[in-house]
Amino acid sequence: MNNNLKEEIIRTSGVNVLKCMRCGKCSGTCPSYGEMEYHPHQFVYMVEKGEIDKLMDSPSIYKCLSCFACVERCPRGVEPAKIVEAVRLAATRRQGGNHLTAEEIPCIVDDDTPGQLLVSAFRKYKK
Amino acid sequence: MTFSYYPGCTLKTKAKELDGYARRSAEALGITLDELADWQCCGGVYTTAKDEIATKLSSVRALMSAKKEGNALVTLCSACHNVIKQTKHELDTNDDMNLRASNYMGCNAREAADTEVIHYLEMLRDVVGFDKIKEKVVNPLTGRKIAAYYGCLLLRPGKTMQFDNPENPKIIEDFIRAIGATPVIYPMRNECCGGYITVKDAEAAKKNSTAVHESAAGFGADCIITACPLCRYNLIKAESPIPVIYFTELLAEALGVK
Repeated sequence: MNNNLKEEIIRTSGVNVLKCMRCGKCSGTCPSYGEMEYHPHQFVYMVEKGEIDKLMDSPSIYKCLSCFACVERCPRGVEPAKIVEAVRLAATRRQGGNHLTAEEIPCIVDDDTPGQLLVSAFRKYKK
Repeated sequence: MTFSYYPGCTLKTKAKELDGYARRSAEALGITLDELADWQCCGGVYTTAKDEIATKLSSVRALMSAKKEGNALVTLCSACHNVIKQTKHELDTNDDMNLRASNYMGCNAREAADTEVIHYLEMLRDVVGFDKIKEKVVNPLTGRKIAAYYGCLLLRPGKTMQFDNPENPKIIEDFIRAIGATPVIYPMRNECCGGYITVKDAEAAKKNSTAVHESAAGFGADCIITACPLCRYNLIKAESPIPVIYFTELLAEALGVK
């Protein structure tokens, strides 16, 4: 239980985790469900329980596509993607926490790679 | 009628045709798109975190510039539209964001939220009108079966974007009908292509994009149209069996200005 981190996540996300009724619809609609160790409904539950460190160390935080499907479809307006975003930011803001570096880019790009892809990835994976 | 216009970074490089066809078509429809002189990249994705202010300032500046010009702001790239519209909403509803953005900018940032932001498709629907477009079509795309790919960013979050029904949209299908073609409705039209995960996990992106183009092709489409350069890139990389092109290309073709 890490109360400082829990408070930070709740503040930066603006999410009230207590509204969640554990229906699992967010995870059911998540396009990255199959790629994740912890799924969107578990993010909400684990933040409520203060289990932030486990989430920050999980590759699941980089699997969210920011597609807003869970935000749109949550029947309680919990908006789980905002929790995932806050946890990922807490992780990438740590020293050495970047998930993407400029050095990786030449191996990734091809002749058609849109700039939009690179700026988006840097916004999500690097601080 | 004149609008301020925000093209965004990718429309100046890898998606020049999305921009070029849009400009020519607008001209043919009697619309002047006045490119903002000092626009900066929107950052590609909106950050929902309450304490991320600097990453939203380019959108605040774009909104402010359009306000100074006295125009509504037209966007074209789905991502730019999403980021700018969500930033406008945040300025409007979050006092802390407004205070901190105002401190950065040295002015009252909330004034920027007065600027109306409309996507090019909304301009076609609400300003020009699909009936009017139908009248202007010189080369109707009769017999073409077109799948509209909305993806995520035009539609969600629905409360903020106010673009169309986020679960059962029809604006692009109405556009397809206006240019004389036949829309193909398919289940995956508002699901994610995989987005930026391509840089780290190309296989994951491919799974998402494959589900989209298989759905469209399976329902009989002979072409997919989009407003998003990244959606297009991901679908093509996932070896879509049918062409994936920008909706503005079809508009220009139908209006005879391609």
